Amino acid sequence: MAAADKVDPIHQFQIHPIIPLHIGGYDVSFTNSSLFMVVTIVVASAFLYMSTASRALVPGRLQSMSEMAYEFVGNMLRDAAGKQGMQFFPLVFSLFMFVLVANLIGLFPYFFTVTSHIIVTFTLAALVIGTVVVYGFAKHGFGFLKLFVPHGVPVYLLPLVVAIEVISFVSRPVSLSVRLFANMLAGHITLKVFSGFVVSLSALGAVGIAGSVLPLAMAVALTALELLVAFLQAYVFAVLTCMYLNDALHPSH
Amino acid sequence: MFVTSAFAQETAPAAAEGDTHAGTAVPAEGHETFPPFNAETFPSQILWLVITFGLFYLFLKRVVMPRVGGIIDVRNDRITQDLDHAARLKGEADAAVAAYEQELSEAKSRANTIGQQASDAAKTEAESTRKKLEAELDKKLGEAEASIASIKAKAMKEVGTIAEDTTSAIVEALVGGKTDKAEISAAVKSASR
Repeated sequence: MAAADKVDPIHQFQIHPIIPLHIGGYDVSFTNSSLFMVVTIVVASAFLYMSTASRALVPGRLQSMSEMAYEFVGNMLRDAAGKQGMQFFPLVFSLFMFVLVANLIGLFPYFFTVTSHIIVTFTLAALVIGTVVVYGFAKHGFGFLKLFVPHGVPVYLLPLVVAIEVISFVSRPVSLSVRLFANMLAGHITLKVFSGFVVSLSALGAVGIAGSVLPLAMAVALTALELLVAFLQAYVFAVLTCMYLNDALHPSH
Repeated sequence: MFVTSAFAQETAPAAAEGDTHAGTAVPAEGHETFPPFNAETFPSQILWLVITFGLFYLFLKRVVMPRVGGIIDVRNDRITQDLDHAARLKGEADAAVAAYEQELSEAKSRANTIGQQASDAAKTEAESTRKKLEAELDKKLGEAEASIASIKAKAMKEVGTIAEDTTSAIVEALVGGKTDKAEISAAVKSASR
C-alpha cells in the first residue's frame, strides 16, 4: 500500500518551463502547457486543412468529419442566435475546435491537458463574455442594459430581479470556465488514481495482479467516459457561447 | 518490476522528500500550491493562449472556414443544379411520350383512312369491272341473238327456196314439163303462211 500512496494524481497538472522567458517582470516562459497549446492548434488546423484539401464534391471520411464539425457549430449558432449571429461563427467554431482538440489530446497518456487549468478556461470564457459586452454596447448602446430588466415584472420586484440578473450575468464567465476546468481536472485525477491502483496492486505479486483487473477495467471504462466528456464539454462550451452571444444580439428578452 | 519509468519518475520526488508529504494529496514536487491555482504560471499561460488561440482563430477565419463553406456551397449548388437538370429531363421525357402517343394516334387514324380509301377504291373498281363485264356479256348476248335471228331468217329463206325447188321437182315429176318459178314461189309462200 505504501507504493499506492506515492502515485501522485496531481503531478500531471504541473507546469514546467521548456524555454524560460521573462518579460517585464513576468514569467512568460514557453512551458509544457504552451507546447500543448501549439500542438492543439497545429493538430486542429492540420486536420481541418488537410482533410478538405481535395475539396471533393463527394466527401471522404476525414472531409466529412470537418464538414460535420463546421455544420454542427453553424447550426448550433443559427438555432441559438439566428442569422445575425453568424458573424460570430469563426469565433464559436475556433472555440469549439480548440476546446475539443485540447480535451482529446489531453486523453493521451503523458500528454498535458491545456483545459485542465482554470486560467486557460477562464481566459476563453472572458473572451466570450468580453465579446458579448463589447458587441452588446456597440450595437445597442445603453439599450444593452435592458438585458437585466425582464419584461412584465412588477415595479416593486424590479430591484430584486435586476440584482439577480446582474449576478447571473457576472457569474457566467465563472460558471463557463469552472465547468470545463473542473470536468477535465476531475476526470484526469480519477483516471490517474485508478491507473495508479493498477500499478501499485500489481507490484504486490500474484494476488495483486489478479486484483488489479478491477481498477484496470475501471480505467478503461473511464477512458471511454472521458472521451464522451471531452466532446460534451466542448459542445457545452460552444452552446453556452452561442446563447450568450444571442443576448448581445437581442438584449431585450 | 511492474513499475514503469513514468511511475518511477513521478514517485521519485515524493520518495526524496517522502518524510513529510507521503500519503497525502499534496503535490509531490510540492512546496507549492495545487498547480492549476498557482498564479505564478498565469501570465505565461494567458500569453501563450492568446498567441495560439489568436493564430488559430485567424487561420480558421481566413483559410479553413471559407474553404469548408465553399465546399458545402458548391455541393448545394450542384445538388440544386442536378435536381433542376433532372426535372428538365423528366419534362422532356414526358413531352416525348406525349408526342409519341399523339403521333401514334395520328398514325392510327391515318391508317384507318387509308384502309377505308383502299376498300372504297376496291369496291368501286370491282363494281365497275362487274358493270363492264355485264355490259360486254349483254352485248355478246345481243350479238348472239342477232346472229341466231339472222341465221334463222336465212334458214327460213333457204327453207322457202328448198320448198320451191322441191315443189318444182315434185310438180315436174307429177305433171311433167316446165314449171313457172313465180307461180311456185307464190304458192309456197301462201302455203307456208
